[in-house]
Amino acid sequence: MSVFIATPFGTLLLTVAQTLAMLVPVLMSVAYLTLAERKVLAAMQARKGPNVVGPFGLWQPFADALKMLTKETIIPTGANRILFMIAPLLTMTLAMIAWAVIPVNDGWAVADINVGVLYLFAISSLGVYGIVVAGWASNSKYAFLGALRSAAQMVSYEVSMGFVIVTVLLCAGSLNLTQIVRAQEHVWFFIPLFPMFIVFFISILAETNRAPFDLAEGESEIVGGFHVEYGAMTFGLFFLGEYANMILMSAMTSILFLGGWLSPIPFPPFTWVPGPIWFILKVCLVLFMFFWVRATFPRFRYDQLMRLGWKVFLPLSLGWLVLTAGVLLAMGWLPGTPPV
Amino acid sequence: MAFLDRTARSFLLGELISGMSLTLKYFFRQKATINYPYEKGPISPRFKGEHALRRYPNGEERCIACKLCEAVCPALAITIEAEPRDDGSRRTTRYDIDMTKCIYCGLCEESCPVDAIVEGPNFEFAVETREELLYNKERLLSNGDRWESELSKRLELDAPYR
Repeated sequence: MSVFIATPFGTLLLTVAQTLAMLVPVLMSVAYLTLAERKVLAAMQARKGPNVVGPFGLWQPFADALKMLTKETIIPTGANRILFMIAPLLTMTLAMIAWAVIPVNDGWAVADINVGVLYLFAISSLGVYGIVVAGWASNSKYAFLGALRSAAQMVSYEVSMGFVIVTVLLCAGSLNLTQIVRAQEHVWFFIPLFPMFIVFFISILAETNRAPFDLAEGESEIVGGFHVEYGAMTFGLFFLGEYANMILMSAMTSILFLGGWLSPIPFPPFTWVPGPIWFILKVCLVLFMFFWVRATFPRFRYDQLMRLGWKVFLPLSLGWLVLTAGVLLAMGWLPGTPPV
Repeated sequence: MAFLDRTARSFLLGELISGMSLTLKYFFRQKATINYPYEKGPISPRFKGEHALRRYPNGEERCIACKLCEAVCPALAITIEAEPRDDGSRRTTRYDIDMTKCIYCGLCEESCPVDAIVEGPNFEFAVETREELLYNKERLLSNGDRWESELSKRLELDAPYR
């Protein structure tokens, strides 16, 4: 068996199997995330949410998918046909390939690379292209406005997000996601870095274009923004991409701050629960926060969004970065250095 | 000092937390939704729904063709024709309500001296063609037979206020 895996074909087969083992659960959870969001929003508005299709509405995602698949794909006359079709594919693909480096358990990543954080950061930054291309190729003013907003917004929030990640890296001493989780064995990073955790959480809301930062969609002002001209499955791909991105960002939060697969209480019976379960529970918690925030806050105004990103988060994260570095150096806690 | 106070307040996210705790409280609260076709909300005894013509317990129709309802109807939805029956009593030969004209004001019900025409609790009488909404005497009487148990209960409940 191990000989076969060592051959190129065997490696390929193994990688494909690993990828499928990662992506199929992700896609299923994307489907059910849409239902979960509707249920949570409904509950917070004293409604029941979808409960007609199947028990507790559990078949609703499949009904939605069927509806979208059977509709006609419409390409507007003035649109750039090729880019118009590429944009949703791009969004979807980018949301999927980032999952390669996510460690669900100790050593359970498809690609356990040493620059995992950089890879994740790069892929999530590329996500903006799907939206920009969609907005431009639609040849519609609302789509274009949405794309413009989204471009500026994502770039602004990536800056402070980058600094937050650097703070975590300082504490962990590695860019490898598995190593980052291992570094949290004694204390999860959200405790010493709590303000950064909040900044990071708010930044991922902006990064995934979720409420209250959903200006790129802005249903009430620019009628859906970048995806206003999309219908049927092209729209469905944007939708899937957005939700896959949400799960990805939640996974990133739980790896960087919430100790990944580690159990919250480090002794039995809690350590008997397998790591992936803890990981999934943490991701669900962050996703619930996404919905909770959406149910609570109204959309930001564009200038407020920019002010928050550049005049609050950037100085705050920079200051905290300097502070963390100083404390680590002064106390001799820098990972990888012998105690002074 | 005011600046410090304001800055501290905004950085400690007090308002965000109070907002989110409110939504969380609602998350666990009793839901307001009722599963409509299977569950129905309560209806007042004065609810003005579909019309019905009632009968006496012996099966004789109540309406005496006084035409007060026809006269009072602000939407001119009621049409009545009457002549003496073979036994000499005065009865309608035609009692039509155009439900597309009716505004459900309930004046017909109020004007009726014998509680013959009433508006019942039924609001689920959607139809597919316009013609089906032109109710004749036969339709109204069958409504009355169908809803009589509820109609008499409603009249009894509302009697102290009439």
